[in-house]
Amino acid sequence: MLDDFIVRALLAGMGIAIIAGPLGCFVVWRRMAYFGDSLAHSALLGIALGLLTGISGNLATVIVCSAFAVILLWLQHARILATDTLLGIMAHAALSIGMVTLSFIDNQRFDLHSYLFGDILTVQSVDLYWIFGGGIIVLILLVRYWSSLTLMTLHEDLARAEGVKTFWVNLMLVLLMTIVVAVSIRIVGILLITALLAIPAATARQWVRSPETMAMLAAVLGLAAVVAGIYGSAYLDTPTGPSIVTAATILFAVLFPVSAVLKKRRILH
Amino acid sequence: MPRLPSGSSISFMSPLISAKNVTVVRDGRSVLKDVSVDIGVRDFLTIIGPNGAGKSMLLKCLMGFYAPDQGKVSPRKDLRIGYVPQRLVADPTIPITVRRFLHLRKKITTEALKSVVAETEIGSSLDRPLAVLSGGELQRVLLARALLDAPQLLVLDEPAQNLDITGQLSFYKLLERVYKEREVSILMVSHDLHLVMSSTKNVLCLSGEVCCYGEPNSVAKNPAFISLFGEDMAQMLASYQHHGHSHGHNHGHGHSHSHSIENDTDKKAIPHA
Repeated sequence: MLDDFIVRALLAGMGIAIIAGPLGCFVVWRRMAYFGDSLAHSALLGIALGLLTGISGNLATVIVCSAFAVILLWLQHARILATDTLLGIMAHAALSIGMVTLSFIDNQRFDLHSYLFGDILTVQSVDLYWIFGGGIIVLILLVRYWSSLTLMTLHEDLARAEGVKTFWVNLMLVLLMTIVVAVSIRIVGILLITALLAIPAATARQWVRSPETMAMLAAVLGLAAVVAGIYGSAYLDTPTGPSIVTAATILFAVLFPVSAVLKKRRILH
Repeated sequence: MPRLPSGSSISFMSPLISAKNVTVVRDGRSVLKDVSVDIGVRDFLTIIGPNGAGKSMLLKCLMGFYAPDQGKVSPRKDLRIGYVPQRLVADPTIPITVRRFLHLRKKITTEALKSVVAETEIGSSLDRPLAVLSGGELQRVLLARALLDAPQLLVLDEPAQNLDITGQLSFYKLLERVYKEREVSILMVSHDLHLVMSSTKNVLCLSGEVCCYGEPNSVAKNPAFISLFGEDMAQMLASYQHHGHSHGHNHGHGHSHSHSIENDTDKKAIPHA
């Protein structure tokens, strides 16, 4: 008999893996890994503000991350600094301000560790609503704008010439990432969200020949990593996020050489 | 062929895109200054100019990417534009075949795809990943994609810039054939004026502002052109003959290609800013 908390954690993790797969493809294709990381760092500020004001942590995180993303896009557009410098400033500024804010809160009931690395014990039913509600929004929008996003990724001006409102689609993609970041914190933790986005997608790349199959395979690989990681975390009493990412890394480390051998023998395209 | 009144079909048909006094200012510097240009039906307009002359900016304004700071760009209603960018850097992290790329965001029939694939000679690349194509193959694929919607206007931004000389020649040859065989106008930025001399109908020489405009031969003789590109370039171009009339693209249109170039240029000339 499975314990309730494991069932909740598994459902949560699977929901996250399914949306992280397709979105992770864009992280890989558009080189947004560092951007995702910065977004996740800003989530700590959201959690702190949520605790301080008493509004839902999920909601506060979405709001703060979205604001962070919009400011980042705007500064990037203004081209004052190189993007990686900008991200380096913003990510760590947000993390630090978040930590400073947290220090003002009574830290008896606050477990920083669980926010940084995820903890299956903290998943509550309300988090499941957030994950599946947010997940459905993300999936619907991704499917709806899939072709435009893919074309934009290949060539932004080409998409624009064909009538894609590239500014708004870009903004949408970033906001979808903030949703995934916000709902993933409980399971994988702030510091490891990017890994859940990037590793399954990168693992899937060698095995596919179309963007769509890459998204689906990434979701499947993410599911496998999440299930293995959560079981490992529950029975070996290891931290949840690192367990999931370790599982994802093992998949990558095993499948990548296999695909290379198959390609050499021309079994795989 | 009986000579119709000069420019009859042109003057009664509104241009595909008309730009009036377009000025674009970036960082306090005017990138484009008071540029006016019309792209007519069945036009083949090549924009040339030194680096930083605002050629790409003009294209982007004409396609509506940017609103000009002053002036106006008016495209014809429901104008279908096919755009061929300078290059596509096909990232190997994106798994996509040429076929899927051609289908992205497009609702096309198998027949339409087949005919465009044959026209641009990309049949052998259709099921290969985009990332493994050569520069020349990629440009043909981009041209194929632009042609899929049966555009009224093809816009090309230095389409042969990254090709070797053989690739450039065959791309321009293909473009010339497309122009001959389709009811399409072409607007192109190109450095390779010597290669497009025989296909292009008009040349717009840009250096922030319009420096001269007209048929290729007349432009090559224009003092403004010579001062911008030098005697050598002008002489080199003058040695190319313009064969525009023999292409058969003006049958039935009756615009007066065959009379003296000087006259023609005067009529079309844009007042110098």
